[in-house]
Amino acid sequence: MRRAAPEINAGSMADIAFLLLIFFLVTTTMDVDSGITRRLPPPVDTPDDVRIKERNVLNVLINKNNRLLVNGLPGDISNLKDAAKEFMTPHFPDNPNYPEVEEVTIPLIGTIYNSKGVISLKNDRGTSYDMYIQVQNELARAFNEIKDELSVSRFGTKFENLPADKKEAINDAVPVRVSEAEPENIGEN
Amino acid sequence: MSKFKSSKTKGTPAISTSSLPDIIFMLLFFFMVTTQMRETSLRVKVKLPIATEIQKLDKKSLVSFIYIGPPTNTTMYGTESRIQLNDQYARVSDVPEFIATEREARNEADRNFLTTSLKVHKDTKMGVVTDVKQELRKASAFRINYSTLKGVAKK
Repeated sequence: MRRAAPEINAGSMADIAFLLLIFFLVTTTMDVDSGITRRLPPPVDTPDDVRIKERNVLNVLINKNNRLLVNGLPGDISNLKDAAKEFMTPHFPDNPNYPEVEEVTIPLIGTIYNSKGVISLKNDRGTSYDMYIQVQNELARAFNEIKDELSVSRFGTKFENLPADKKEAINDAVPVRVSEAEPENIGEN
Repeated sequence: MSKFKSSKTKGTPAISTSSLPDIIFMLLFFFMVTTQMRETSLRVKVKLPIATEIQKLDKKSLVSFIYIGPPTNTTMYGTESRIQLNDQYARVSDVPEFIATEREARNEADRNFLTTSLKVHKDTKMGVVTDVKQELRKASAFRINYSTLKGVAKK
């Protein structure tokens, strides 16, 4: 008499499947697309010279050797953020060393002083992309810190924790004014 | 009668199907992992720079990618940074057409929200990036995103 084959114990099958699942979960890297978002300005046919008062502009130049020139003085990436932040923070009463201020009324915040400053960024064709991104990052960091400070003083919490309407108010109060100069061919790349 | 019954039950027992779902799950996971979401294969090396102040790109379907970097096959194409659109190398002059086709592929309501993600190798010179940006401006693709990796904030 042939013995019936005993039923295979399938209880551990689920464990094996889970083991495999966990293995793949750990080894797969989900590439989340993230980066610095910017809006390009619309094209201009004839670059009309928009004259902005010199005190309202912070000139940031990057040359082809990745060296910085901030308002005519050699700068360093490590203190660019502080320089940009100091420049963009509204100073009242009017101080000739800093950009002009204007009064703006924004819902949820009220009337505040807003700096008229603009950061003008200009790079060479030979500048490395890495350096360019670092400068953009430092400038973004300066603006984010100003936003955070305003947010803490007005709403008592950091910018990222605010509800959407208050975020919008802060964004209106602290406009990110980074202008990129029309490209010119200066150095060879 | 009882003799018949016993002979029937003595045959091979029914194959256990309780493990079938697990096998199916295994296969599912296998395919989930091996499926490449990206429909283009990279022909340029893209080592992204690191930044801290980054935002996530929320609507993946509204993003088109432009890759710029040194070719993967350096013996054939040299080391100078090249632009890759879709699946092939392109010139700067091809960018407007690329944007036009990308727009065409989206439905009308979403076209204005199309973001162009620039995936640029960190050692690329800005010259080619600036050229691409100028073309994007002309093609009115104003929303751009410089793709970066998340870094640790310096104090």
